[in-house]
Amino acid sequence: MRLTRSQLRSELLARVEEIGGEAVAHCYQCGNCSAGCPLAGEMNVLPHRVVRLLQLGQVESALSANAIWLCAACQACAARCPRGVDLSRIMEALRVVQLRRSTIEPPGLTPDTLARAPQQAIVSLYRKYGS
Amino acid sequence: MEYRYFPGCTLHEQARNFDITARESARELDIALVELDNWQCCGAVFPLATDALINLVSPYRALASAHAAGFDLVTLCSGCLNVLRRTNRLVATDREAREKLRDFVEMDYAGERRVYHLLEVLRREVTFETLRSRVKRRLTGLHVAPYYGCLLLRPPEEMEFDDVEAPTVMEDFLRALGAEPVDYPFRTECCGAYVALREAKTQAAAQVVRSAAAAGAELVVSSCPACNYNLERVHPTLPVVYFTQLLALALGRDGAFAGQVPDPTPLLRGKSLLPEVS
Repeated sequence: MRLTRSQLRSELLARVEEIGGEAVAHCYQCGNCSAGCPLAGEMNVLPHRVVRLLQLGQVESALSANAIWLCAACQACAARCPRGVDLSRIMEALRVVQLRRSTIEPPGLTPDTLARAPQQAIVSLYRKYGS
Repeated sequence: MEYRYFPGCTLHEQARNFDITARESARELDIALVELDNWQCCGAVFPLATDALINLVSPYRALASAHAAGFDLVTLCSGCLNVLRRTNRLVATDREAREKLRDFVEMDYAGERRVYHLLEVLRREVTFETLRSRVKRRLTGLHVAPYYGCLLLRPPEEMEFDDVEAPTVMEDFLRALGAEPVDYPFRTECCGAYVALREAKTQAAAQVVRSAAAAGAELVVSSCPACNYNLERVHPTLPVVYFTQLLALALGRDGAFAGQVPDPTPLLRGKSLLPEVS
């Protein structure tokens, strides 16, 4: 992989860092976040590797990882990070960047789910995926 | 003890048993829960993007209304607690956010009030010793898995609810009722929350209930409608109830268990913990 200065500090990465309020350089890749993530089993790129992609300027790859939509913002990663990085804020920033620049179809729910799921969960879902 | 009570959207709909049993219990314990006038949904999730101030308008309004009435806020739902408490902290510490919200909502508020969870009111104001002495029906022999999930505890520096990895408030609460808390490793892990609505195959909730069942739990208690919804769908025989349902039961009420799946009443009847049906 060939890395250039403009790749490493792109405008897009600056936007992710500004919206998230977190600096990706603080992460030293210990992997604690991925070890404790309850949704990691279903992610095609593990949480700490999403941060690594950002550190390497590969913002588009990070944006296309399913991890950003699987993250439930439970903040287990943030509470356990030895470097004080709030990864759930980085995940939120990636979601927000993606939602603001393209039209993403909000998730459809089955009539059964809509009838039985608590309002709190439905409101949360649309706040996270459809704003 | 008088508070303004913020029920939140779910407690007036899917989780009415949570609301009813909390009101009944509070009455028994001389806690005045007066419903906040004109409250609206808190938004369910605290916005993590630094520029998403618009999502804080509703919780700000609830906090400012409680302040105008002259009382602290009490809530039951873990989601509401997380949103209201973090908003309160942000308003108290971030001048720019505070001024924008004040100008938009046109209500003056600077974080003067506190937001409590009912468990914290029981721990701080009622105390578990007093609660123990008020119990009319001790839940003897009932093995209960307390489930904290994420929203009560994290982020710890903002929630200040309990120890983030080794909380004890639910265990102390259950002991005060005479029940036996079960220790199991997944009690602070996320159930998958709203993600489970979309990704039905997620394993997060199944891991939690398997872990509780393996540790000998007969029942799970939580404080969150989304958790209950996710947990009760993944285990056919392990009932999940709100902590207030056990509280009401221990204080001599019926616990409002009707219609729940899995049904907790055979278990409770087997241990002679249900009031006799006439």
